[in-house]
Amino acid sequence: MKPRRFDYVRPDSADEAVAVLAEYGDAASVLAGGQSLMAMLNLRVAEPAVLIDIARLTELDYVRIAGDQVEVGAAVTQTRLKDWPELADQLPLLAAVLPFVGHFQTRNKGTVCGSIAHADPSSEIPLSLATLGGEVVLRSQRGTRVLAASEFQRGMLTTAREPDELITAARFPILATKRVAFREVARRHGDFAIIAVAACVKGGSAVTVGIGGVADRPAVRNATINSAAAAKEMFEQLAGELEGYDDIHASARLRRDLLRRVGPVVVEEALRCAA
Amino acid sequence: MRRVNKDERTRVGFTLNGRAVSGDAEPRMLLTDFLRHVIGATGTHVGCEHGVCGCCTVLIDGTAVRGCLTLAVQAEGRSVTTVEALASPDGTLNALQQAFQQHHALQCGFCTPGILMSFTDYLARNPHPTEDEIREVLSGHLCRCTGYAGIVAAVLAVSGGSPN
Repeated sequence: MKPRRFDYVRPDSADEAVAVLAEYGDAASVLAGGQSLMAMLNLRVAEPAVLIDIARLTELDYVRIAGDQVEVGAAVTQTRLKDWPELADQLPLLAAVLPFVGHFQTRNKGTVCGSIAHADPSSEIPLSLATLGGEVVLRSQRGTRVLAASEFQRGMLTTAREPDELITAARFPILATKRVAFREVARRHGDFAIIAVAACVKGGSAVTVGIGGVADRPAVRNATINSAAAAKEMFEQLAGELEGYDDIHASARLRRDLLRRVGPVVVEEALRCAA
Repeated sequence: MRRVNKDERTRVGFTLNGRAVSGDAEPRMLLTDFLRHVIGATGTHVGCEHGVCGCCTVLIDGTAVRGCLTLAVQAEGRSVTTVEALASPDGTLNALQQAFQQHHALQCGFCTPGILMSFTDYLARNPHPTEDEIREVLSGHLCRCTGYAGIVAAVLAVSGGSPN
């Protein structure tokens, strides 16, 4: 199908983009890579009156280390972050995760922040941001605010972004250890994850686990895991707590079952990694 | 700041296969439709129109992307490369196309333009991929008649690789 008609605006700066957003509010959608939004426009699931194209804003096309975080601007594509030479050193979880985000062809255009903005519960990038305890930077004419990933992502395709706010960057914390692991279950590589599990060992046996695809947003838990039995017990409990949902890809019951099986494997892999 | 009203047809120009082209488009016109209906370059095929099948894959500034998830106006000033650029002007197929022919990598050929463009970009970045890497790139395309074995064999042959 073809999109419904919309006005197209291509600002020359983030300031202009924020001004246009203030003018149109929730009648506008922000277009960066468009790998979710353009499909929604073509299917007429999204029908904005105005499209604000920020893909060419070079001031938002940066990856930089800022203190103990890596800040990724809103125009950075998934391929650009995947090919960032320092990725494996600074963000090993993202190095493990990014090859699973869509396909070669969609990562070339899809942005890191766009995936966070879209807030699909099965998406790998929002899951990584939540597991690492990262932040989202939002800018409007009222000022700039920084929200924790857990405050930003509210539910299925729902975030705390106000209609006049532009997501300008995401901030991923740099962990002290490189002990991370990630796995997902999908019908085909690059398809929507039926479930996704990320684990980071923050020291000793203190593990942070992030689960995508089961609840309406990434679920993050901190635990001390000393044994395989403890890991199994933790996911047993989580499977009951998170319930899961039915969709065309899998039933809620299958999601819970996959979580019980895959979760402990991922935690074990992270614990096995050399510090 | 570029602003185009929804009913307005605006002039969109870019470089297509090394040649300057332009035409009129509404903001909502997809790059695929602009190429096919306005410019008349019908080598790029349209399948699912929501980014899943990969038939419409073209290069923008050398990078393989979905044509159907790109607005014509977004290509403004860019360099677009489509399947028409691959063969020589006298019709001689390039090495990748010849490998597809030799290894029976197409049957109806509907998905082929997109797959050729994906590997044109990918092999420029990674000239000697493994079979697994080839299959990963191919996961962004759907072929409903030939299957994927011939395509993998063709890409392996042209890049000097060997099967798993």
